[in-house]
Amino acid sequence: MSYTLDGDTGPWEVVVGLEVHAQVLSESKLFSGAATAFGAGPNSQVSFVDAGFPGMLPVINGECVAQAVRTGLGLNAQVNLWSRFDRKNYFYADLPQGYQISQFAHPIIGTGVIEITLADGSTKNIGITRLHLEQDAGKSLHDQHQSKSFIDLNRSGVALMEIVSEPDMRSPEEAGAYLTKLRQIVRYLGTCDGNMDEGSMRADVNVSVRKAGEEFRTRCEIKNVNSVRFVMQAVEAEARRQIEVWESGGTVGQETRLFDTARGTTRSMRSKEDAHDYRYFPDPDLPPLVLEQSWVDQLKASLPELPDNRRARYVALGLSPYDAHVLTIEKETAAFFEIVAKGRDAKVAANWVTGDYFAALNRLKREVADSPVSAENLGALLDLIADGTLSGKLAKDVFEAMLEADEPPAQIVETRGLRQVTDTGAIEAAVDAVLAANADKIAQYQGGKVGLFGFFVGQTMKAMAGKGNPALVNELLKQKLG
Amino acid sequence: MSLDAAAVRRVANLARLRLDEPEVQKLQAEINGILGWIEQLQAVNTDGVEPMAGGSPVAVALPWRKDAVTDGGQADAVLRNAPDREGEYFGVPKVVE
Amino acid sequence: MMRPTDYTIAEGLRALDKREISSVELTGAYVKAIEAHNPRLNAYITVTAETAMEAARASDARRAKGEVGALEGIPLGIKDLFCTEGTRTTAGSKILGEFVPPYESTVSGNLKRDGAVFLGKLNLDEFAMGSSNTTSAFGPVENPWSRANDPAKRLVPGGSSGGSAAAVAARLAMGATATDTGGSIRQPAAFCGIAGIKPTYGRCSRWGIVAFASSLDQAGPVARNVEDCAILLRSMAGFDPKDSTSADRPVPDFAAACTRSVKGLRIGVPAEYTMPGLAPEIEALWQQGLDWLRDAGAEIVPISLPHTKYALPTYYVVAPAEASSNLARYDGVRYGLRVTERDSDLRDLYERTRAAGFGAEVRRRIMIGTYVLSHGYYDAYYLKAQKVRALIARDFTQAWEKVDAIVTPATPTSAFPMDERQDDPVTMYLNDVFTVPANLAGLPGLAVPAGLDGQGLPLGLQVIGKAFDEETVFAVGAALERAANFTAKPQVMA
Repeated sequence: MSYTLDGDTGPWEVVVGLEVHAQVLSESKLFSGAATAFGAGPNSQVSFVDAGFPGMLPVINGECVAQAVRTGLGLNAQVNLWSRFDRKNYFYADLPQGYQISQFAHPIIGTGVIEITLADGSTKNIGITRLHLEQDAGKSLHDQHQSKSFIDLNRSGVALMEIVSEPDMRSPEEAGAYLTKLRQIVRYLGTCDGNMDEGSMRADVNVSVRKAGEEFRTRCEIKNVNSVRFVMQAVEAEARRQIEVWESGGTVGQETRLFDTARGTTRSMRSKEDAHDYRYFPDPDLPPLVLEQSWVDQLKASLPELPDNRRARYVALGLSPYDAHVLTIEKETAAFFEIVAKGRDAKVAANWVTGDYFAALNRLKREVADSPVSAENLGALLDLIADGTLSGKLAKDVFEAMLEADEPPAQIVETRGLRQVTDTGAIEAAVDAVLAANADKIAQYQGGKVGLFGFFVGQTMKAMAGKGNPALVNELLKQKLG
Repeated sequence: MSLDAAAVRRVANLARLRLDEPEVQKLQAEINGILGWIEQLQAVNTDGVEPMAGGSPVAVALPWRKDAVTDGGQADAVLRNAPDREGEYFGVPKVVE
Repeated sequence: MMRPTDYTIAEGLRALDKREISSVELTGAYVKAIEAHNPRLNAYITVTAETAMEAARASDARRAKGEVGALEGIPLGIKDLFCTEGTRTTAGSKILGEFVPPYESTVSGNLKRDGAVFLGKLNLDEFAMGSSNTTSAFGPVENPWSRANDPAKRLVPGGSSGGSAAAVAARLAMGATATDTGGSIRQPAAFCGIAGIKPTYGRCSRWGIVAFASSLDQAGPVARNVEDCAILLRSMAGFDPKDSTSADRPVPDFAAACTRSVKGLRIGVPAEYTMPGLAPEIEALWQQGLDWLRDAGAEIVPISLPHTKYALPTYYVVAPAEASSNLARYDGVRYGLRVTERDSDLRDLYERTRAAGFGAEVRRRIMIGTYVLSHGYYDAYYLKAQKVRALIARDFTQAWEKVDAIVTPATPTSAFPMDERQDDPVTMYLNDVFTVPANLAGLPGLAVPAGLDGQGLPLGLQVIGKAFDEETVFAVGAALERAANFTAKPQVMA
């Protein structure tokens, strides 16, 4: 069932395309040697190039080019061996040169496609129109002074990849899934840290609405939306606004808008009103960017495994498609799982990671990146289960202990005496004691109340402080109860 | 192609040049004179000609630099010439987004 | 007995080497010359006499220790378009205010590295936009030459490097840096009776030079003769990783090329350069120059550069377009002038600052450049011009199949009075008709003083060469210079 929004005149289809700005992971800026680290003192990571001083010239950072190509390969996209930088001319307080160096006519990456996965397990292909490299602008602070804005140029000149999608998305969920997938890909590739809180990834969301079967209607662009959740909210809010405009007899005008996260609505952006004649032309300071196919091939050969491939590999290992999906969403999770599963039963490892381990992270409000338990120790725990040292029940106790102090499970088993008892003599003694104390229950059991079997198991395990081997306990009880 | 006064004002807006009325008139005449002279380029047959980009007389490709931090850490030098320095920032009249 | 200001750079280096003179004496003589004549000529915007003397003392000390750079102790002037660390740089504009660069341009840095002493910053047309040096916010420069029959009539030195050319001609500097976007080295050199070369695009780094039109701008020297230009260019040139358009090629010994014979060289004479408005004396001098070269054993070959007539209109699309973008950074935020009223918002700040900071010619070119790039006009103007530019470059490429160098007049007239030609921009632009093609094609062009007109004003010839073949250009230029034996001196001279 496709997604629609209901207006007074019936259902409306929502059309969404995203332009995602992803900060390239690099030490220094796209055209200068100033640092890119987040959170430095104001204007402390600024070269004279970034500040647009007279006579300063750009020189491109080769690693940023490589990162763009890696990303393009990860998006299954065309790598253009010849591309060029253009100047996009406009005046703004945080744009020191009076132009942004970008790639308008000849981007480094052409068309591609990625597959998104939706909540119902279905998948959909979303087209990539292009990816190009460009400079970020500086930052204006409006809340430091009553009548002034303050300008910090630390971000000025930081390399961005602008990744433009086709208008292929038809619901807030698809838009959210697309951004999630894009983030997953760049994080796997190590080409962007995907940190949306710090502005490393932000989306301009193009939204329009239409009746089924219509051509596209006018779209509005919602600038700088900085989380998956906000993208989904902004799509719905903007679509509802446009439906209201159309249905009240109005016309939606093409414009740039902002998403007000507090109110959950979009509003027109004043400062961008007259900025539409950018006077693009080839930047005469920068000859064309020419790549060797052999260099692209080398990058391709050295790409890390991408999430789709990794997921397929996990399914081949016997994992459920759901587990494979969950384990590959975050690169760190997959890496954790790989260590836990190495040389062990993958399905058992997956059950532990997606089960007890994820539950523990949730409970402790931790991330895989700052895991309370190392993957190596969790793996060792699985070994102790496999070799019979621990029962499932004991293993959970050991795991709880590991959450408190991330020690090797064997050490916890030793110091706390949690080793499973497999000595039939000891078990038999415990069973005998339980049976002796519960003659009435034996009679009831033998009289047909077979559900009481679990009671005997429980009492025996309790008597053995949980350490009895469950299989042996069961076996002996069956024998003795007849 | 010739510019009317409104077009002169639109271009001045794009270029962020404040013009008073007499200047608009003067520039309109001058620019139209220059554009009229430039018009002769339309007579040249440029079918199939690749436009020149950049100034080099020989084919060149963009040289790359290594990804290393070699610059920055000089806030004072960056701010020293500013007409309105506000501590470690440049100050401008408040911008409403 | 030679006066210190009589030395050419080559002679000065020999005299310094033989301890016939010190850099302090040499520099001191130039500081005095500037004091005497700059108030009239206005060639310098900023004179750095004290630091110059300091640098001269340091140079003499180095020489005493045997550390001798290629320009050790030679006092030079620097066009005020080159950023100089710690010394105000104006670009001839009000908009830069009291901007003091925290960095040294690569070219001026190269000269310092080789031991040169800087006397100060030389006047120019605002942002190098002009052919008369009358658009400078720091007042016009006067040509040290004047007409024999009308010595009171003040003449322009040409532009944009008018301060550089006037200072060298009047001996207020031994040589000077200059830049050439459409003729800004060659035209003032010709007007002032000195030599000047715009090298191949990419030969000199543009890093630290205030940009006018990035695909056309090239730095080069002006000096009293061709050999001095060769000496200066060798120091100025070289690959610079900070300029992505800088050529990664070895820098030859240009001075050695000045002594090469032109015997057997094929010299092209483009038919299209014989154009209406060309002064008969200049046409005659051009013929004379070709005869000198033929006498020296060169072969004169008629050639055609069919798109020549489109060079100027092409230039006046491309250069303003790039300038409109390059000059967007002068916005009153990070450095330079800021003009506001009470309650100015950011837009008002921009518009007032830029209206007050830029002079009329710069504003005009920003307007043209903004227009030709704007929506709906890009294809008709900018793209069209860049295609015609490609055809102009191709004309030269085809000519190089037949000839080794091209000789033309440097300018269509000699220096004109300061009060002429100010009204019609297009008439003013025609000054660059012979020089602009080399900028559009990125080729080297050298202006050589070759004779005087009937008024006693200098006239120059231009040698255009193949890309990165400045050596042939110097060889041909030096041959013309030897034959011309140009010894006339300007009326104002130290």
